[in-house]
Amino acid sequence: MLKYILLRSLLALAVAFTVSLAAFFLLNVATDPAQAIAGEDATQEVVDMIRARYGLDQPLPVRYFEWLGGVLRGDFGESYYWHKPVAELVAERAGVTITLALAALSVTILIAIPLGALAALNPNSWIDRMALGVAVSAQAVPNFWLGLIMIILFAVMIPIFPVSGDDTWRHFVLPAFVLGASSVPAIMRLTRTGLIEVMGADYIRTARSKGFRGGALLRRHALRNALLPVISVLAVQLGQKFGGSVITESIFAINGLGRLALESILGADIPTVQMLIFVFAIVFVAMNLLADIINAILDPRIRIG
Amino acid sequence: MSNADTTPIAPEPLARQRIIQYLSAPGAAIGMTLLVVIVLLAVFAPLISPQNPYDLMQLDIMDGRLPPGSESYSGMPYYLGTDNQGRDILSGILYGLRTSLIVGVFSAIAAALIGTTLGLLAAYVGGRTESLLMRLVDLQLSFPTILMALMMLAVLGKGVQNVVIALIIAEWATYARTVRGTALVEREKEYIEAARCLRLPRWRIVFRHLLPNCLAPVIVIATMQVARAIGLEATLSFLGLGASVTEPSLGMLISNGYQYLLSGYYWISFFPGIALLVTIVAINLAGDRLRDILNPRNI
Repeated sequence: MLKYILLRSLLALAVAFTVSLAAFFLLNVATDPAQAIAGEDATQEVVDMIRARYGLDQPLPVRYFEWLGGVLRGDFGESYYWHKPVAELVAERAGVTITLALAALSVTILIAIPLGALAALNPNSWIDRMALGVAVSAQAVPNFWLGLIMIILFAVMIPIFPVSGDDTWRHFVLPAFVLGASSVPAIMRLTRTGLIEVMGADYIRTARSKGFRGGALLRRHALRNALLPVISVLAVQLGQKFGGSVITESIFAINGLGRLALESILGADIPTVQMLIFVFAIVFVAMNLLADIINAILDPRIRIG
Repeated sequence: MSNADTTPIAPEPLARQRIIQYLSAPGAAIGMTLLVVIVLLAVFAPLISPQNPYDLMQLDIMDGRLPPGSESYSGMPYYLGTDNQGRDILSGILYGLRTSLIVGVFSAIAAALIGTTLGLLAAYVGGRTESLLMRLVDLQLSFPTILMALMMLAVLGKGVQNVVIALIIAEWATYARTVRGTALVEREKEYIEAARCLRLPRWRIVFRHLLPNCLAPVIVIATMQVARAIGLEATLSFLGLGASVTEPSLGMLISNGYQYLLSGYYWISFFPGIALLVTIVAINLAGDRLRDILNPRNI
């Protein structure tokens, strides 16, 4: 098990390094960071000065290995745009994105599991059909458009929540709902299928014959077993929330990692892009790894070699 | 006379049986009907839309941001209102559907072709080729799609063609992984052994025997990917990296309306979004049923 975790962690690092290597070369070839820093109207002299000042006149491989050396010492370089260490920038903004991702996951859990359970307990009823409808539309609605609709409904027409920003908890309600909605279909379906299967099992019949009914039966016997597969999928979904934060944070003007990623990619702020790629790849792979580990712990039949 | 008794009842042709089976689920029937209507609307957009939204000469800035149901000076009704440039939203949607469908279908097919070929190759050739390809797939799948697409667009530049390329690069790995998995199972079956015993050439075994038996999951994934690609294209256009302002796609229209949203001009973003939603729902409904029929084990 330990060996497996170690192997997967190494894979995560390999992914992070490879993607950032590719990003470094591609972005450097496609865009001119010196021009990006100087602005579009800058004169040639200014651009050249900046090129020398930031060491952008060095050959690409030299610059990459310099960056790599810095990373090994824990130094991710300085942002071209913000003029401060990238690590500081990322640390400042990580909290907001982690809050958003966790809040979104809570929204998913609060909507998907009760809905899936209700659907499973009343198969083919109107509740089941409604739940399926919710799943189909939540799967189809593009995240950014759902965000806009939420702004129209709950910030403009009925102004309960602020339109944008990240100062109070009220700022996080709409973004968390929007980001959480995209995971509802998967979790709901999984809960429904799992619970239907469990409700037909022998031990549920035994529990019933011992007099367990309704809530107690569901809580103490059925849900515990039905939710096993859900937990590991939730870990995967949490990783995807970080990717999804790119869009949600841009719509609601939240100063987190996602918005920083979009801005730095568009602004050719290469050091920032490099570190964010690192962070995203590691979070993503780590969450998938966590899912596998949870699976292995919860279900001893799974043995991963 | 006895003729009628002895001849067996001719079975319905297989294709028709399949179609009837497919449409017997109400969700699939609704999805398929919607999809046919949407495709027809997109194909005949130049004939039915009240205005050519790409022709700037036809736009009148004086008609900008009119609410749904207004009329232009010349008396032409704007059923769904107009955007900031005086573009009829209904026409914009009809033309936008074309862009969305073309991007979705084209990128899904191209990604399927590349992914399937590489997946088959990996499964059949094995060895170093296989591990190299599969590591590449792992790499690709362990990174958020939207970030991958954003980076490709930062490198390639804006524009619809580049969105298609970015989508292909972001999505081929899913096919490769699935096809390799299926092909590894199929490869061990007797009909492949039989083909080998006949000393058929390798390419023939791969493409004439192995490939047809791996196609079911590819078709299912491709259907779903069309929907995903349409959503992603809209997202990227919304972020300002897709279609240009003068040739609006659905995402571009939504993005156009975004800045006027807070002033109450909701229809510029709202109706294109509904069109996008209905299109994706239709494809998903049609695809769900396809999955149920093509791999009954996965229901």
